[in-house]
Amino acid sequence: MGIVGTVTRRTFLIGTAAIAGGVAFGTYLVKRPIENPLLADLKDGEAAITPYIKIDASGITLITPRADKGQGAYSIQARLIAEELDFDPATAVITPGMPGPAYYNSAVLEEGVPFPAYDDSAIAETARQFMSVPAKLMSMQMTGGSSTVPDGHHKMRMAGAVARETLKEAAAQQVGVDRSQLTTEDGHVVLPDGKRIAYTELATTAASIEPITDVQLRPSSEWKHLGKPTQRLDMPAKCTGTEKYGIDLVVDGMVHAAVRANPGVGAGVKSFDASSAEAMRGVQKVIAIKNGVAVIADNTWRAWRAADAIDITWEQGPYPENTDAIFAEIEKVIDQDEFRDHRNRNDGDVDTALTAGDVFEATYKVPYLAHAPMEPMNALVRVTDTECEIWTGTQIPLFVRDHAAAMTGLDKDQVLVYVQPMGGSFGHKLEDTHVLQAVEIAIAMKGTPVKMVWSREEDMTHDYPRPGSIAKGRGTVSNGQVETFDLSVGQSSLMADWFGRLTGLAIPGPDATITTGSWDQPFAIPNYRVTGYRAPTMVPVSSWRSVGASGNGFFHDCLLDELIHKAGADPLAERIRLCMHEDSRKVLEKVGEISGWDGPSMGENRGRGVAFCLSFGVPTAIVTEVTNTEAGITIDKVYTVVDVGEVLDPTNLEAQVFGGVVFGMAHAMNCETTYENYAAQQNNYHAYEGMRLYQTPEFETVALTNAKKIRGIGEPSVPPAAPSLANAIFAATGKRIREMPLNKHIDFV
Amino acid sequence: MQIDVNGKAFEVEVEPEMPLLWVLRDELGITGPKYGCGIAQCGACTVHVDGFVVRSCQLAVRDLGNRKVTTIEGLGSPEALHAVQAAWIEHQVAQCGYCQSGQIMQAASFLKTNPNPSDEQIDAVMSSNLCRCGTYPRIRSAVKAAAKKLQEG
Ligand code: FES
Ligand code: FES
Repeated sequence: MGIVGTVTRRTFLIGTAAIAGGVAFGTYLVKRPIENPLLADLKDGEAAITPYIKIDASGITLITPRADKGQGAYSIQARLIAEELDFDPATAVITPGMPGPAYYNSAVLEEGVPFPAYDDSAIAETARQFMSVPAKLMSMQMTGGSSTVPDGHHKMRMAGAVARETLKEAAAQQVGVDRSQLTTEDGHVVLPDGKRIAYTELATTAASIEPITDVQLRPSSEWKHLGKPTQRLDMPAKCTGTEKYGIDLVVDGMVHAAVRANPGVGAGVKSFDASSAEAMRGVQKVIAIKNGVAVIADNTWRAWRAADAIDITWEQGPYPENTDAIFAEIEKVIDQDEFRDHRNRNDGDVDTALTAGDVFEATYKVPYLAHAPMEPMNALVRVTDTECEIWTGTQIPLFVRDHAAAMTGLDKDQVLVYVQPMGGSFGHKLEDTHVLQAVEIAIAMKGTPVKMVWSREEDMTHDYPRPGSIAKGRGTVSNGQVETFDLSVGQSSLMADWFGRLTGLAIPGPDATITTGSWDQPFAIPNYRVTGYRAPTMVPVSSWRSVGASGNGFFHDCLLDELIHKAGADPLAERIRLCMHEDSRKVLEKVGEISGWDGPSMGENRGRGVAFCLSFGVPTAIVTEVTNTEAGITIDKVYTVVDVGEVLDPTNLEAQVFGGVVFGMAHAMNCETTYENYAAQQNNYHAYEGMRLYQTPEFETVALTNAKKIRGIGEPSVPPAAPSLANAIFAATGKRIREMPLNKHIDFV
Repeated sequence: MQIDVNGKAFEVEVEPEMPLLWVLRDELGITGPKYGCGIAQCGACTVHVDGFVVRSCQLAVRDLGNRKVTTIEGLGSPEALHAVQAAWIEHQVAQCGYCQSGQIMQAASFLKTNPNPSDEQIDAVMSSNLCRCGTYPRIRSAVKAAAKKLQEG
């Protein structure tokens, strides 16, 4: 059965627009009273289109608005379109689509795009739980907001189907036959006599007729592209050095900028002496900027070298001066009613249960963590009296546009943001202060394009890290079962920080990310309570791959593992017994099956640990096997089972799953961002090692499809990775490690 | 001074201490080699100098002499892939891709000197290149596949 796509079925409809020499297909929006406030620029009844497909004589362009930072978003969006449009997406030009002057109203760019890519799911998920955020603000930011796959799954295929039928109709009218007699194949409409007309030749006619919107989506059994192992479309470019990232761009007359900003993030400059820098070869200018100093030179290296030669005296940082002082503030709020942020889970009677018998107690701790994607933050900006052009890899192009408009005094539609492929993000590119720093410099260099590139040191010391966090756990067991589970988590609010930076607004009310990944787990424990306590804003923090669940996955699952151990139950069997959500239970059962689970012990010095986390709607279970060798722990094998509802690209799904596990374990092993004298101490990869190939385990991954809803997979394998490792280390060594990074307490090979 | 990159001679007029990476990227517009750390930790900037792997962020251009530089652009192209690149595509290694030109240059040189590597040797040699996206499992299989293909000739 296909899905009938009629105009009222969803909140969007697919339409066409004439463009110079061709036609665009995309989401068609009509302004109606009290709808999307971001369509305010449109008059009632006026329409605008967000194009996904553009066809003109030169060929087919696919506009894939969700940003690609490595997770394969461009590829999957293109394949969704191609599944219905019948052509080879490898022959199309694929672009993130900003900006195209001729055919769409800038207001429409707002539709669903403020948070591109799978992060949408992260934010949407968070947003749903972020109860007190004014509804108006949320709806404004979250329009169309779910992840690339869940959202585009329907929309992109609809665009392809509407385009196909409209092109067929154009051919039908041209040759005088009925549309039902036509088929499509390989970028052509096929006539009854076998003759073929290329889509590109039909574009102008298609633009002049009513689009055919009463279309059927093909059932998954007929899919040619989706659901099968595929080659990512960006793979050849990425394997031949020909992919251009933001950092690689060159435009005529471009100069290079280096910055040195206060390592006390957010604080300013007392004074600086740039006299020796100014005399250095290639240096054109030294500019005082908001939190630091910028050097303009004719080459990146010269700009950096000159920046290093500037003698700067900084203002004092705006938060406690070192990590101990920061964690002392966090420690203070836990279990203190006045700092209670929310208690989203409170089953049974925890207080009474904890007064009786043998109460287990433990404290867990996770560090601040930088994102540190391989491509450091960068932006190329040109500001003139009438225009501001920005080339950068970003997940929030519309915030970039609006903020740059405010800074330059230009109208929003005079700011053009060209989204570039990203050399990773992990959440850092949900921030834009680095882009605005480049805008600030470009304003001072009016008319000249400025490419600002952060050095690795600048990048890692001016990140907005994942918040450090402390959790106190308590619990009881009886008759071999977990009876009471009580977790109190304290940390600063990343949502308040992040929304504050993006919107300038203080957001009242709770921040559920403090306990996301803990309060929302599908277990039925008789007395079950999770409470979030909010520490003050200190080091400014942000979303880090898997957001709240990145720390809570560790807290929740480690405490659960300890209680199960105390109860004398089997770690997997007791989790399965406690699980009250069928899709999640099946994931746990499956991971037991593929890992050949027969208890945590695997003989002398070997052990396995299981962990589970439901995040972003995806139940994920991991079994990790380790060996305790003379030289330290080796991670031997990792089995992961997820349930994503429907698998669109099994090859890429597997890569995202093991990539997430490597990411989770890498940081669990040996990464932390600590502060001394207000500055992040780990300023390059020598001090933020992560995982290397020789430490990488073997992987086995299974994706189940029992869930009703299709889900994105960029993040869910991160949260259970660290606890599965910690639990496995316990099985192999008898040592419980309650603090990350784990190498503070045990060596890794 | 004159430098030889991908079989072409270039005249560059720069400070002798400028790292080769920045000569390539900013002076010659050859952007396949990437900047990741600048301190020999990540390998994103890896190129070949007379066939040997070199971290181009660490090599002052003065020390190049008349040795020949090959970047990923000179290894193969989308139309004429090197065996390592073909294996990388077949195994769908890249995620963000930013580290991959370095990974591929590392693997290509390694397989030239050691055409039949053991798993341990692959792990050891490829461990000098960092990948923040965690593509390691596929790097492992792609190196093995490339070794096999190169041996079959
Ligand atoms: S940039 Fe040269 S090794 Fe990292
Ligand atoms: S593929 Fe992204 S860093 Fe390696």
